[in-house]
Amino acid sequence: MSDTTVLAPQEHFATIEQQAHAARLGMWVFLASEVLLFGAIIALFTSYQVHYPDAFRQGVDHNTKLLGSINTGVLLTSSTAVACSVHALRAGKRRLAGLLVAATIALGAVFLVIKLTEYAKHFHEGIYPGGAGSFFQVHHARGLPEFWTLYFGMTGLHALHVTIGLTVLGVLLSRIMRAELGAASAHRLELGAIYWHLVDVIWIFLWPLLYLA
Amino acid sequence: MIELFRRLIFLPVGASTVADGVDALHAFVITATMLVSTYVFGAAAWFTVRYRRKSDRQLTRRLSATVRHEASIITLVLGTFLLWWVLGFRQYVEMVQPPRDSDVVYVEAKQWMWKFTYPDGRDTNDVLTVPVGRPIRLAMTSRDVIHSFYVPSFRIKQDVLPGRYTAVWFEATQTGTFPIWCAEYCGVSHSRMRGEVVVLSQADYALWLRSGKGQTAEIDCGRGPGSCGGGDLVAIGRQVALRRACVACHTLDGQRHVGPTWSGLYGSQRTLADGRKVVADDAYLTRSMMEPAADVVAGYAQVMPTYQGSLTAAETGALVELIRSLRDGPVAPAGVALPALEITTAADGGRGP
Amino acid sequence: MTEATYLNARTTIRSWVLTTDHKRIGILYLVTLIFALVLGGFFAMALRIEHLTPGHTVMTAMTYNRSFTLHGVIMVWIFMIPSIPASFGNFLLPIMVGAKDVAFPRLNLLSYYLFITGTVMVLVSMFVGGIDTGWTFYPPYSSSTPTAIPTALLGVFVIGFSTILTGLNFVVTTHTMRHEGLGWMKLPLFVWAIYATSIIQVLATPVLGMVLLLVVLDNSLHWGFFDPARGGDPVLYQHLFWFYSHPAVYIMILPGMGVVSEVVATFARKNLYSYRAIAYSSFGLAFVGFLTWGHHMFVAGMSTFDAGAFGVLSMLVAIFSAIKVFNWTWTLKGGAVALKTPLLYVFAFLFLFVFGGMTGVAVAAMSLDVHWHDTYFVVAHFHFIMVGGTLTAFLAAIHYWFPKITGRMYSERLGLLSAALVFAGFFVTFFPQFLLGNAGMPRRYYDYPPQFQPLHIVSTAGSWVLATGLLITAIYLGHALFRGHRAGDNPWGSRSFEWRTTSPPPTHNFHATPPFDIDPYDYTQPLPGTDDDPAAEKEAA
Ligand code: HEA
Ligand code: HEA
Ligand code: HEC
Ligand code: CUA
Ligand SMILES: [Cu+2]
Repeated sequence: MSDTTVLAPQEHFATIEQQAHAARLGMWVFLASEVLLFGAIIALFTSYQVHYPDAFRQGVDHNTKLLGSINTGVLLTSSTAVACSVHALRAGKRRLAGLLVAATIALGAVFLVIKLTEYAKHFHEGIYPGGAGSFFQVHHARGLPEFWTLYFGMTGLHALHVTIGLTVLGVLLSRIMRAELGAASAHRLELGAIYWHLVDVIWIFLWPLLYLA
Repeated sequence: MIELFRRLIFLPVGASTVADGVDALHAFVITATMLVSTYVFGAAAWFTVRYRRKSDRQLTRRLSATVRHEASIITLVLGTFLLWWVLGFRQYVEMVQPPRDSDVVYVEAKQWMWKFTYPDGRDTNDVLTVPVGRPIRLAMTSRDVIHSFYVPSFRIKQDVLPGRYTAVWFEATQTGTFPIWCAEYCGVSHSRMRGEVVVLSQADYALWLRSGKGQTAEIDCGRGPGSCGGGDLVAIGRQVALRRACVACHTLDGQRHVGPTWSGLYGSQRTLADGRKVVADDAYLTRSMMEPAADVVAGYAQVMPTYQGSLTAAETGALVELIRSLRDGPVAPAGVALPALEITTAADGGRGP
Repeated sequence: MTEATYLNARTTIRSWVLTTDHKRIGILYLVTLIFALVLGGFFAMALRIEHLTPGHTVMTAMTYNRSFTLHGVIMVWIFMIPSIPASFGNFLLPIMVGAKDVAFPRLNLLSYYLFITGTVMVLVSMFVGGIDTGWTFYPPYSSSTPTAIPTALLGVFVIGFSTILTGLNFVVTTHTMRHEGLGWMKLPLFVWAIYATSIIQVLATPVLGMVLLLVVLDNSLHWGFFDPARGGDPVLYQHLFWFYSHPAVYIMILPGMGVVSEVVATFARKNLYSYRAIAYSSFGLAFVGFLTWGHHMFVAGMSTFDAGAFGVLSMLVAIFSAIKVFNWTWTLKGGAVALKTPLLYVFAFLFLFVFGGMTGVAVAAMSLDVHWHDTYFVVAHFHFIMVGGTLTAFLAAIHYWFPKITGRMYSERLGLLSAALVFAGFFVTFFPQFLLGNAGMPRRYYDYPPQFQPLHIVSTAGSWVLATGLLITAIYLGHALFRGHRAGDNPWGSRSFEWRTTSPPPTHNFHATPPFDIDPYDYTQPLPGTDDDPAAEKEAA
């Protein structure tokens, strides 16, 4: 059930290859800029970590390694799934591609659920950003509020990216199902997949910083 | 020569030991700037006249840079820049590293005034009185936002930050009154946050010290600000140490307790828990009080609470001065006044107290 | 005989505000930018008037503080950063690479509307409390004042988004849309400059965006990222801010440098002295520029090692500008130089930029900066570069490409006159500020000690000459827009690609595609098919 529609490029492009090339490069450039966005807050995190090694160790120890690691696994699997879906679509296996994208979305949702569970746990313990909450009345280590504020900032921003990624994948999925995307336009799905990989890669950086260290 | 240059480009008098060097470099750089911009403009003008267009369809020969030409220009220009950097860096290092024997004055900046606390415990607002010919180090902190301590005539400037101490030093070379300006935007009255440095001859300074001008330090000895009364800073330091319960953990006589003794601490080399070695200078001591976790001494538990926000600048100054008075032995002889800004004589080797 | 141009293809308002044509978007930007320049200039004039006397002249301290903040914010983020790339870059880059449009035309329009949204937010902040932090927004002041910080900073954040998207579009366009046969070494230098600028925009702006968001959180929710009372470090803010804002100064100057390269070659009718050196040095600026941010913090309490490193890196980055300056100057040698208005502006640029740049090197020599930091010397340094450099280049660009964009010509005599006025006015305004800085006058001072008054008066007088020059420019250009005589396709006889199509260009940029495998700076032979062509001349006769 490979599709046979030959796509015409937009009028300012000479060929569809040129258009695909432009789109892919555009996505990479955008990712570079995203990396710098997270780079800024990670740089801030590491600076404070050097400054308050103990508080940051306490903070990391307080986090549940298991949940963080499960989430890493979840995201890595989802990334593999979406990568396979691109291959499948290229090979003309639209149904399989659709299934894989759906799996990716499901895994992404699992990630968010686990993340929210963790948040709920923190709030329960009285940990809020900005050093607010009962937790900080008991734990005084200097720099502890900074750890938790940065923790919420970084994971929150990441979760926002996950949500955006899920939305994009959702749109792509519906277009695959309506047969608007096929082998010839697989680069569209590829763009979504690249973005999803980015979401994954960023987590790979956050995970050791916030859970292992 | 340098005076003429100063007048020419509106520089104020150079009233500190670093001023002449800085102004000489200034003269060098600015002269080069003038020459190069004149050269560029002159060359452009000359080419414009010499090679003016004769017809609208005039064709020109291809003329391109040789690698040699480009390389020699780059070498020349970069060489000049690097020379300036070397000169500038050497001066900069001199400007940020206070001589070891300098006297310290504590500075607290707040919207929109400067408060100075002297080693003998008194403090003044907006007027800093110092002797000529002595290196003075200012340990500065802010109560609210960032300010910047700027004395144009001394060619010095240093930002003053909340939550940490920064230092700047100078040695005045002439007596007189020199303005202090706040150089970092700090709110609506930023431009009115001015003060002055009064540089006295050493004899006048000794008189000033004795006259007891300036108010007494507002150090809290339990009965509200100022209740410690006057007296020298070391004595006040002892009272602060008692009142803030430092002595619950630290001794003054060389004995190990919960924390290290203060005796012989000042200026010694400390080995920290993470293996670093640091010299216990004023910055280290203040940091130990404000962020005890930052430098934990090897062999001790990290149990000391932070005094960030609870010790005032004056109290901190008094404590550091107390620890300093213990640098050479277990106990400083009781009752001995130790005005750290004591006028140097050759006999005490140029050191302070 | 009306040819089809991008201007008369469709003329409804809708066809303008919803256009995806890069040329029209360029025009939209140009109009908005000039509006921003005039607004920023209005605040600048207000600052100058206030400084006629020490103490109160016409406004209160708070009004003054808000005015210099708005002046800085408007000039930097709403005028200078988008200025040349968003207007002329948009208009010319696709033509120069032989494309029909930028790679993502709709994204381009989105950038414009993001820009407008951000601009409106910044302007709204004026009315909901105003901001008085200076354009650098240093915490803890910015995170503790109950002013319109969130509105203004989010506005700048949105503008940043627009900057990133524009940069992205240009990078992709340069890479993937070049015409067949158009290799990198054949690109007009303006394209190189815009390309290097775009890379900085894409990589540096997100850092600014992040740090502004954190300040907003500090200010509105008291999260305390930079609040010492919660263990935060305000100096880290400064590091992150300048990590963006130093590269940003090259965002502001590089496009201007691209304009200079084009103008110099055209009016000297000669190849550039070294194409490669000018092209590659743009990259030098773009990359080494990321490593010098600490030179804004020499007195913020950094270690001597850091200070030394930032100092020496600043010296290294300066060399790339020096290379360009010397190459432009020697391009004139052996040329056929015609001193037209754009070239006169370029001469002003050369002189003022060297002055501004060299004083940049001077402040990078650490011990000197201790005295000069946050005084009027620094104010003079950056106005020499940003006004004497970039604004002058912007004016050169307006005059150079005016016939390209509108198909009409302005009065050359008025052009030369106002260029001279702008130059003189500029010099009288800002040269005294170097002296004020030497004397120790701190910046952002509402009130000042009376001994500074004479220099302030000279500076204020100069600003009026400058404003008059600009006003005359606005008037005769406005007049030429409707009444100027027809310019012809290539009034300057340039060889660069944008002049190989009609003026104004048609909607898809080219009626007949010119050859793109030739050197855009080759003046050694007559250009076939133009009136340079002796054969064509014969035919006409
Ligand atoms: C691109 C940037 C830019 C530009 C162009 C300018 C332009 C000018 N600036 Fe400013 N300036 C800054 C960026 C800029 N500035 C920044 C970043 C600061 C720091 C702010 C801070 O401290 O936070 C600053 C601060 C600053 C100060 C210091 C305030 C203080 O510290 O207390 C002063 C004081 O004199 C000043 C003056 C001027 C003047 C007289 C002009 C003049 O050149 C303006 C002339 C322009 C006009 C008068 C507009 C008139 C236009 C027309 C009539 C039509 C034009 C039409 C066409 C082009 C077709 N500026
Ligand atoms: C377009 C904007 C622009 C540009 C291009 C530059 C370019 C440079 N700037 Fe500037 N700068 C600003 C805008 C800009 N700056 C602004 C806005 C501020 C203030 C911010 C604030 O605090 O509000 C500032 C502040 C600033 C400071 C901090 C001052 C302080 O606050 O204390 C420093 C310090 O090093 C500095 C350095 C430099 C250097 C080394 C360059 C170099 O890139 C310059 C290179 C150019 C040349 C060197 C000229 C050409 C050279 C020659 C022709 C060779 C001559 C040869 C010989 C003499 C042998 N700048
Ligand atoms: C609860 C006990 C305790 C109290 C109270 C206390 N300290 Fe300490 N202090 C310590 C310990 C333990 C150390 C060593 C570990 C470290 O460096 O943190 C220390 C280290 C120091 C050091 C560094 C000494 C060195 O050897 O390098 C200084 C200076 C200091 N304290 C000053 C003070 C001052 C001033 C006060 C009161 C205002 C004070 N301390 C109160 C326990 C205390
Ligand atoms: Cu204090 Cu400005
Ligand atoms: Cu800089």
